[in-house]
Amino acid sequence: MTLLSDSPVDTATTELLNFSDVAMTFPNGVTALSGVDLSVKRGEFVTVVGPSGCGKSTLLRIASGLTSATEGTVTVGTNRIGYVFQDATLLPWRTVQQNVELLAELNGIKKAKRQAEAARAIELVGLSGFEKQLPKTLSGGMKMRASLARSLTLDPELFLFDEPFGALDEITRERLNDELIKLFTEQQFAGLFITHSVSEAVYLSTKVVVMSGRPGNIVETFDVPFAYPRDPEIRFTPEFAALAGEVSLALREGHS
Amino acid sequence: MTRTLETPVAATAARSSTRRRSRGLPRWVPPVLVFLGILAVWYFISYVVLDPSVAFLLPPPHTIFTEAFFKPATLSDILVALARSAGVALTGLGIAMIIGVIWAVGMSQARWIERSLFPYAVILQCIPILALVPLIGFWFGFDFPARVIVCVMIALFPIVSNTLFGLQSVEKGQRELFQLQKANRWTVLTKLEFPAALPAIFAGIRISAGLAVVGAIVGDFFFRRGDPGIGSLISNYQSRVQGPELFAAIITASVFGVLIFVVFGWLGNRAVGKWYDSGK
Repeated sequence: MTLLSDSPVDTATTELLNFSDVAMTFPNGVTALSGVDLSVKRGEFVTVVGPSGCGKSTLLRIASGLTSATEGTVTVGTNRIGYVFQDATLLPWRTVQQNVELLAELNGIKKAKRQAEAARAIELVGLSGFEKQLPKTLSGGMKMRASLARSLTLDPELFLFDEPFGALDEITRERLNDELIKLFTEQQFAGLFITHSVSEAVYLSTKVVVMSGRPGNIVETFDVPFAYPRDPEIRFTPEFAALAGEVSLALREGHS
Repeated sequence: MTRTLETPVAATAARSSTRRRSRGLPRWVPPVLVFLGILAVWYFISYVVLDPSVAFLLPPPHTIFTEAFFKPATLSDILVALARSAGVALTGLGIAMIIGVIWAVGMSQARWIERSLFPYAVILQCIPILALVPLIGFWFGFDFPARVIVCVMIALFPIVSNTLFGLQSVEKGQRELFQLQKANRWTVLTKLEFPAALPAIFAGIRISAGLAVVGAIVGDFFFRRGDPGIGSLISNYQSRVQGPELFAAIITASVFGVLIFVVFGWLGNRAVGKWYDSGK
């Protein structure tokens, strides 16, 4: 397996992530992924949907470098990778501001610079005014915003999301989906988003990838034709419903 | 008296309000009631159960004041002895904190270190310390250092086990967050594990604080040389059958133990109370 970092990225269609025939077998013999081909280019927002336990989180962990694939080639075209976890994973003893500064701090960035970066990120996710609060005083949605802001300070070219809104209520989730689309259109990162919600997948992405379970592999890929910025109302259009229906069907067929 | 029909809502409201009132009873009332009950039983035993010839076994409570605390000579004996024991206990606790935290941090760095060293923490806890105390006297003399060593031995385990538990309680996602930035071990320890462990460390110190006081008294009880602490004093009063003085010394020692517990509880609360959600 090769892992290329820092390769030149100049054209608009640069591939920021490429999986070629990737397989992953855990030491206990369980095969999580097999024969996965996937690519994420600049300007793309790719969402992976699949039943729980199909290895979609493993896919993301491999992309981030937290785990290594046992077979195949993974090429990463940038070292500015943002990673948003299922939980907000804020450090409870740090204020929102200090939490958002954490990654820059770990990368040895000077205080004045990281404070400015954190302030910008906090502004972007709409948490201005909450800088001095501790995580325990925040709602689930606000914690997730802080977590997003923390990753934004890296100014990521490739943004990985591991079911970040799975634990939130429907209303908060839809609002954060809208904000994420706004960030995607303004910040120009490529996204790889894991979810088990079909409508979230179709609403957010340029491309929806459907995975089947055990061992996880890709059964079908759908291009999403809707333009950005997306109107929340498109969720109720027949075109949206038809596409979501196809994705659901592929999901069910892959599962059985 | 007129009777009105009580709707279910009104009935529930009334019930909940009485419950609220009984819950609103000042918090100090129940323990004070228990205290008065204990006093009553105590007087009953002192005056009714015990034969006057053996009344020193449990002198009536007020005599602890009239014959010990209110007598300047006795009070100063007790306070001087307490100050010495407090010195021993706090020194022992301080050393136990340093050794305990370093020991636990060492074990948290690698499985094999933990596997090699944790059994000895458990063994230390299980050693019959009373049997060992005379030996410590022979090895280290019968003075201040020996007393401190007894304190450390008694106070060490809660700090070691709580600190280790705290260091290992870090969530997987938070660890991976640091891993993704390629943070080194030292950074993970200082910026993640140690702050996360602080609530557990303070819980351990609070337990150890009480134990250190016990350790100081036990050590003192056995090592009769050097400046007498409160343990020697207790032992003297015992052999001289000075009931009230004996109880005064015991009460002083316990109050000191409670005080040290409260102080470290307060310190812990100052340090982590703001962010740590103990109800979680």
